[in-house]
Amino acid sequence: MTAVSQPLADAPARTASRRPPRRIFHAIDHWALPAFTLLAIGYLLIPIAVMIVFSFNDYQGKFNFVWHGFTLQGWLHPFDWPGLPDAIKTSLLIAFLSTVGSSILGTFIGLALTRYNFRGRGAINGLIFLPMATPEIVMGASLLTLFVSSGLQGGMLNGVVPKGVLFPLGFTTILIAHIMFNISYVVVTVKARIAGFDRRLEEAAMDLGADELTTFWKITFPLIFPGVLAASLLAFSLSIDDFIITSFVSGTTNTFPIWVYSIIKNALPVQINVVGSMVFLGAVAIVGLSNIRQARANR
Amino acid sequence: MVEPHPQEFVEPVSEIDVRLVDVVKRFGDSNAVDHISLDVKDGEFFSLLGPSGCGKTTTLRMIGGFEQPTSGLIELQGQDVTWLPSYKRNVNTVFQSYALFPHLTIEENVAFGLRRKKVKDAEVKSRVTDMLKLVELPGFERRKPNQISGGQAQRVALARALINRPAVLLLDEPLGALDLKLRKQMQVELKRIQREVGITFIYVTHDQEEAMTMSDRIAVMNRGQYEQLGDPESLYERPQTRFVAGFLGVSNLLAGTVDGSADSFVLVKLADDTRLRVPAGLVEGKTEIEVGIRPEKIRMNGTDDTIPAAANQLEGVVSDVSYVGVSTQYIVASKSGIPMTVYEQNVERTSQGSLYRRGDAVRVSWLPEHTFVIRDAAAATREPVPAKEIH
Repeated sequence: MTAVSQPLADAPARTASRRPPRRIFHAIDHWALPAFTLLAIGYLLIPIAVMIVFSFNDYQGKFNFVWHGFTLQGWLHPFDWPGLPDAIKTSLLIAFLSTVGSSILGTFIGLALTRYNFRGRGAINGLIFLPMATPEIVMGASLLTLFVSSGLQGGMLNGVVPKGVLFPLGFTTILIAHIMFNISYVVVTVKARIAGFDRRLEEAAMDLGADELTTFWKITFPLIFPGVLAASLLAFSLSIDDFIITSFVSGTTNTFPIWVYSIIKNALPVQINVVGSMVFLGAVAIVGLSNIRQARANR
Repeated sequence: MVEPHPQEFVEPVSEIDVRLVDVVKRFGDSNAVDHISLDVKDGEFFSLLGPSGCGKTTTLRMIGGFEQPTSGLIELQGQDVTWLPSYKRNVNTVFQSYALFPHLTIEENVAFGLRRKKVKDAEVKSRVTDMLKLVELPGFERRKPNQISGGQAQRVALARALINRPAVLLLDEPLGALDLKLRKQMQVELKRIQREVGITFIYVTHDQEEAMTMSDRIAVMNRGQYEQLGDPESLYERPQTRFVAGFLGVSNLLAGTVDGSADSFVLVKLADDTRLRVPAGLVEGKTEIEVGIRPEKIRMNGTDDTIPAAANQLEGVVSDVSYVGVSTQYIVASKSGIPMTVYEQNVERTSQGSLYRRGDAVRVSWLPEHTFVIRDAAAATREPVPAKEIH
């Protein structure tokens, strides 16, 4: 009996000596990591949550800073502020046009840069990053110089570009600026997608009787489309969001960010929170839809 | 030139499907394809066989229209297609990687060529069904390429090409990615399909056994040219160059000097003064020649066995023995030190437990009519090309 009970008595003692460090790691595994994750997520989400919560605030006076009670007034009259509807329209139109423009140009630049070997390819590959790397304030100032010089006597572009296109500043100049900085992002995103593209697929299509154009539309484009879509979503959000460059080249035209900035010194209406929440929810909806689509395609 | 060269222009025959005339493809400053001329007959299973980098795939790609030759002419059924894009050629290709369109179903993949020709819906449907039946994949219409196995993808690629009823089907190492067993099955399958549809196949491979199994004729390629062209049997029995002798199976090559003749044989003196008989017709008036003999045509004898008087024989010592199932492979070092490879079927000697062992003195023998003679001139008679002067 003693011979048997001896190891039995030993065993718990051994585990007990090992238990404390294990418990610490266990606790870290179980609590520290989730807690840390929650903190990080909170850090990211609290500003958004505040924006959404305050879009329901029944605020007093001009500034929506202090919680006074729940109301749906903001959501029932989301655009009820002078200048806001125009600014939103302008922002949406510019975002849409610059997305389309930069997606088309950027996709073809991306294709050319990955497909063809031509003189200056290396240089373009490097230069394409410049608009991303240049501080926006520098870019804005330089664009302002460029545009204004087309309208001034003795200016660099005076007479080269027809009067009224680049100067006075306005919708056109904002659009040109947005297409410009969006192209870089589109090219980079699309190039990543094309890099994984098997050229044999195009050869196979042509082998089966498809000419160059048919091959592009039936094979190349459908296969790089996810990249183009991702790029255009990125372009749209960059455009609708841009303030610094836009503020230099907008003249008297207001986009939504410019309008918010101009009004914020005198008032902070609940509509800003409402529109901001709408943009956020719209973005979440798009991401959600694309996830669902992806899941379906993988099935 | 005195002797007929294998790359000489071949007289036109009525049913030529593909003709290459002096085709060159230059990449940078080396010739991937170096003055190739050949004719592929209608309905033939023709293989381009060679090691990687020999130019076989480039040749195929030029016939398919994916590369343009630097110079030369490519004809398809009598029509000059040298500068036609691939979509205007009545040729279809099965790619090594299959190149199935990942975003389309199997049905849409197979129907792709017919859709381009605007074939009516009902006909497309029925032809796709028939074609999938031919490659033994009925009912796979709705699947996507990522839902089928490599062997199945290979068949879909074949169906997608064959449905267009091309004049010529080009196959670029289509079995390369399959495992050995599947590859053997597909070899038989490909041959069956080729017989059934009666289309000319041009097949690129580096696997000599695969080429031998399926082909009517083979061009053995090396360094941008083919060294010999013929049916599998004549290539194996009468290789004309060292490269062909070594690439197709295993060969023992013995260098010697012509030294008189006897009856219909020429006597060849080896370095160790052994004399071999070689059929006179093979020597073609040369004095320094290389005599070749396949390992399975050599008999192993003990030193005191009797050997037919007409047979060639060499004495030597067994230096290595490997038992490989159907046969035993011996390396016999001859008196002059040349290692001879000998295959012996495992029939009586194995069952009697009397395989030769390392160190045994043996006499190897073979019949003179089993020898071949290397016409090694092949490399030397070519036009020298500056870019390729490596050797």
